[in-house]
Amino acid sequence: MADDTKAGYTRDELMIVEAARQLRSGQSCFVGIGMPSLAANLARLTHASEIILIYESGTIGAKPAVLPLSIGDQELAETADAVVSVPEIFTYWLQGGRINIGFLGAAQIDRYANINTTVIGGDGYHHPKVRLPGAGGAPEIATSCGEVFILLRQNSKSFVDKLDFITSVGHLDGGNARQRIGMPGRGPTRIITDLGILEPHPESRELMLTRIHPGVTVDEVLAATGWPLKVSEHLQQTEPPSQHYLDVMRDLQQRTAKAHAGGR
Amino acid sequence: MAQFMPLADAIATHVHDGDTLAMEGFTHLIPHAAGHELIRQQKQELTVMRMTPDIIYDQLIGMGLVRKLVFSWGGNPGVGSLHRFRDAVEKEWPRALELEEHSHAGMACAYQAGASGLPFAVLRGYAGTDMPHYNPNIKRISCPFTGEQLAAVPAHRPDVAVIHAQKADRAGNVLITGIQGVQKEVVLGAKRAIVTVEEKVDDLGAGFNAIVLPHWVIAAVCVVPFGAHPSYAQGYYKRDNAFYTEWDDISRTRESFLAWIADYITGTRDHAGFMAKFNAAHSDKERSNG
Repeated sequence: MADDTKAGYTRDELMIVEAARQLRSGQSCFVGIGMPSLAANLARLTHASEIILIYESGTIGAKPAVLPLSIGDQELAETADAVVSVPEIFTYWLQGGRINIGFLGAAQIDRYANINTTVIGGDGYHHPKVRLPGAGGAPEIATSCGEVFILLRQNSKSFVDKLDFITSVGHLDGGNARQRIGMPGRGPTRIITDLGILEPHPESRELMLTRIHPGVTVDEVLAATGWPLKVSEHLQQTEPPSQHYLDVMRDLQQRTAKAHAGGR
Repeated sequence: MAQFMPLADAIATHVHDGDTLAMEGFTHLIPHAAGHELIRQQKQELTVMRMTPDIIYDQLIGMGLVRKLVFSWGGNPGVGSLHRFRDAVEKEWPRALELEEHSHAGMACAYQAGASGLPFAVLRGYAGTDMPHYNPNIKRISCPFTGEQLAAVPAHRPDVAVIHAQKADRAGNVLITGIQGVQKEVVLGAKRAIVTVEEKVDDLGAGFNAIVLPHWVIAAVCVVPFGAHPSYAQGYYKRDNAFYTEWDDISRTRESFLAWIADYITGTRDHAGFMAKFNAAHSDKERSNG
């Protein structure tokens, strides 16, 4: 994580806590591995104890004591309300419309919250400079969840004017594009970064900066965005993370590091 | 009808050069011992399918045994890149790798269609993405009743399915517990299935609705303790998260990768030999990360 600020927490910690705050008890949340999983479990261990966490390995209602390293760790299976097959999780549960929130990370995002996790640079798909892991569950999570939250660090490499590849659709080319191509979910409604929160404009669906984190300037956010980012007229500041959230998060991370070191 | 046999015999008998193989297991129960045996026997020109290529296919790709990869997420889970996979795509080392790339939902539905004896699967997916532009096996189809536009992908019907499971009874019926992935679908969709198991027992002790694959859908059952390592087998051993991290270093350069394969895979006779060597090399080390 980034250097400690005078505030007593890092910007990554601020981002994770703010992401956790977006979730509510009782919601069903399809969780991506990594930072989304950290934020979702932080929510579960604080204000949202009844949140239902679902991982694409088929674990429904997982309550891991330590964060999973992979999407199919035994900790998820052992603490789940139910374990179903992978075809079942994607068809009956995700495509069946049972999931409120899809919680994704991304390598790159554009102004309509489309995301790329496939290839970057080089000479296109067949000869990329960097081959990323690819789609995983994300395209259909982005299609079928009630809404989607995206969590990633904001800089000019990740927030780009044009994606090299659209792996998962946000709002495509804006407006009512999702409806036009038959996507049932509302798509991305919040992008939570280490600098602030972006939300799509209600009509154009272009991302706007709506909230900014303490200690961050608007100029800094604009410089970290690869397109001329619109800023809401009603720009608000997010709350700094409480000590309680920071303590719970750090404790979870320490437990996790300890557990994964003893894998053998 | 399932026949018990050593893993080396199962691979020699049922896997041929040029076959399409699906070695499944979603993080859990990945049939690593069988992957190692493919390397020992130098099976060539394989088309391999798997949702998450993981370390098991990183090894086959790095050894140049793979002509084509059908997949949906090619990373080292929780760690980062699969370096041999990336080297093959970015630098064509040791050879060019043909890709057929799907999403998880597309792969899962294609396996379901294979098990169901259908020519293709239908799903609400891929719309608006660039994936169909690079994968001609993703097409649009209209619902004949509502007109809704949906995605279609051809069924996965591999020549050989390879999975790992906890137990087989003496008849060769196989029990899977824990995260079950797409194993049932891949076995039922394949022409032949090889199953490695932790142990052979008199009674599976399977509860009602347990996941049991009957012996008559399986070609070969091989008893291979720790056959999923460094993946895990629920109830037997944990995922070796430290090795997943270690693989990041081992696989980072061509030289260190080849040296590891020569040492641990082609330098051992079978999986018992591999595990003995692996445990000897790692027992004196305190795992400090992972």
